[in-house]
Amino acid sequence: MSEPAVLTADAAPVPPKPETPWQRLRREFLANRLAVLGLVLLVVTVFVAVLAPWIAPQNPYDIGKLDIFDSKLPPGSHSADGAITYWLGTDGQARDLLSAIFYGLRTSLVVGGVSVLAALAIGSVVGLVAAYFGGWVDALLMRIVDIQLSFPAILVALILLAILGKGVDKVIIALIIVQWAYFARAARGAALVERAKEYVEAAQCMSLGWPRVLMRHMLPNCMPPLIVIATIDLAHAIALESTLSFLGVGVPVTEPSLGMLISNGFEFMLSGHYWISFFPGIALAVAIIGLNLVGDHLRDLLNPHHAR
Amino acid sequence: MLTFIIRRLLQALLVMAVMSGLVFVGLYVVGDPVSMMASPEATELDREEIRRNFGLDRPLLEQYAVFMSHALRLDFGRSFLTGQPAMGLILERMPATLELACVAMLMALLVGVPLGIWAGLKPTAWSTRGIMTGSVLGFSLPNFWVGLMLIMVFAVYLGWLPASGRGQVAQLGPLSLSVLTLDGWSRILLPALTIAMAKCALIIRVTRAATREALPMDYIKFAQAKGLTWGRILRVHLLKNILIPIVTVFGLEFGQVVAFAVVTETIFAWPGMGKLLLDSIITLDRPVVVAYLILIVFFLVMVNLLVDILYSVLDPRVRLQEAKA
Repeated sequence: MSEPAVLTADAAPVPPKPETPWQRLRREFLANRLAVLGLVLLVVTVFVAVLAPWIAPQNPYDIGKLDIFDSKLPPGSHSADGAITYWLGTDGQARDLLSAIFYGLRTSLVVGGVSVLAALAIGSVVGLVAAYFGGWVDALLMRIVDIQLSFPAILVALILLAILGKGVDKVIIALIIVQWAYFARAARGAALVERAKEYVEAAQCMSLGWPRVLMRHMLPNCMPPLIVIATIDLAHAIALESTLSFLGVGVPVTEPSLGMLISNGFEFMLSGHYWISFFPGIALAVAIIGLNLVGDHLRDLLNPHHAR
Repeated sequence: MLTFIIRRLLQALLVMAVMSGLVFVGLYVVGDPVSMMASPEATELDREEIRRNFGLDRPLLEQYAVFMSHALRLDFGRSFLTGQPAMGLILERMPATLELACVAMLMALLVGVPLGIWAGLKPTAWSTRGIMTGSVLGFSLPNFWVGLMLIMVFAVYLGWLPASGRGQVAQLGPLSLSVLTLDGWSRILLPALTIAMAKCALIIRVTRAATREALPMDYIKFAQAKGLTWGRILRVHLLKNILIPIVTVFGLEFGQVVAFAVVTETIFAWPGMGKLLLDSIITLDRPVVVAYLILIVFFLVMVNLLVDILYSVLDPRVRLQEAKA
């Protein structure tokens, strides 16, 4: 910080208000056009997913409303009764693809979001505990993390789902187990740095219990890198979920996610009905690209080596 | 060095034992494989017979003990479905997967490294922006969807390449390879391209970062001062020094590709071991799943070990020590 100049009271110009860290983050974030684009994509995706029941032209789960004669219509055609225009066409079960994508985004985002939040919570606690206690606790926990991370995520998830069975909740559990280790490792790294700082020592001197020191003092200071990882990890989680659903071991048919929609379109693709797989994939890509752009840029900004 | 290798192998054995145990128990709890094996009109007596044949009537712990004692003699049991030795089934499919992974990684490397170096040399050029945007797309686009779209364009609309299968293979010693025949190439191209696109994006990023780190170094400046041509500086001085991160990523990703083959092989009906795993998971063919896991753990550990050994070859300053592991 620059030293305050000695000024006489009457000549003192109004000092510009110092920027809070949040304001600085916002300013620097908005300065990058790609990051802003990512944020816009992300906001649109979340909006669509949240508002799906209100903005979708049709409820794709309501089988009574589907007319089998409308199945596999190309984009832009009208329904038999003329009530709806299928802007993105219909799939094999005569669902309006646009509506199915809106609802699919919902499933994909919920599965991804819930699993990442849970993995973040579990992983942070494990990582903090490991860093705080050190010794054999640290060695044991990190060995488990190492072993888990040496396995490709898709394999672990596949085996877990083979054991757990199908269902949205099962997919979420599998994704949590796959992801917690990333957070544990990152949290430990951040916590090791914080552990050596004086405020931790001060908190210990006040004979606060270790859960309190960990959760109230150290955790908030470890959050920035974890948030970055969570953003990028959410993209991974969504991609992984769609892959698992595509393979037929993910979400059940009754709650189609984007991966399920793409998988449904696969069988019709060879006969030239490209849109059934194409558009859900685009929606998936938009969500993932948005997350990656935002996460990438956040990482650059929150990196301590980042030139300011 | 030798103790380093031995310790790593022992660790691998431990992980293999733990993993196989967990999966064995997990799959045991899930369901009764007999319902898959017996014909629908089988009587209860037939089912008992099958159970006895495969040793499924004994307690779980005993089953596991029997399995492990056989596994130590490299016998991993027989597939519930076909009755063939599980490990044999997998090894039979393995060359197809490895071939696909090798072709894909080579494609990624041959495109990714030059583009990455270019992007590192000219960080502000428009071409670099194009490359980097492309790389974001490369690892953002869901891989299986990219595969589907490639099929749509090249197989359905253009009709240039077949959409599935492995086609003609030629024998090379004990291996049957697709890359030796023209038909094989036409079939391996699309699945390999699908994998390569994602991996190429990663390699571009790593190469670019390494190049940018190496460029301001004194040895580059010195080489310039000696009046060497850029071509020589790039090939000899730069490339040698950025090889370590590239080799690391290459090694780790190779393992990932083999594991991820489950997806690619399913899309392109490529008869590799990933497809076999998925089928076995769906039919609860426990011996095959467990044998696959043991094999893949071994494989991943070997790849990592190889990468570590390569470090010391590439960079004489690196000494293999246990302290870091």
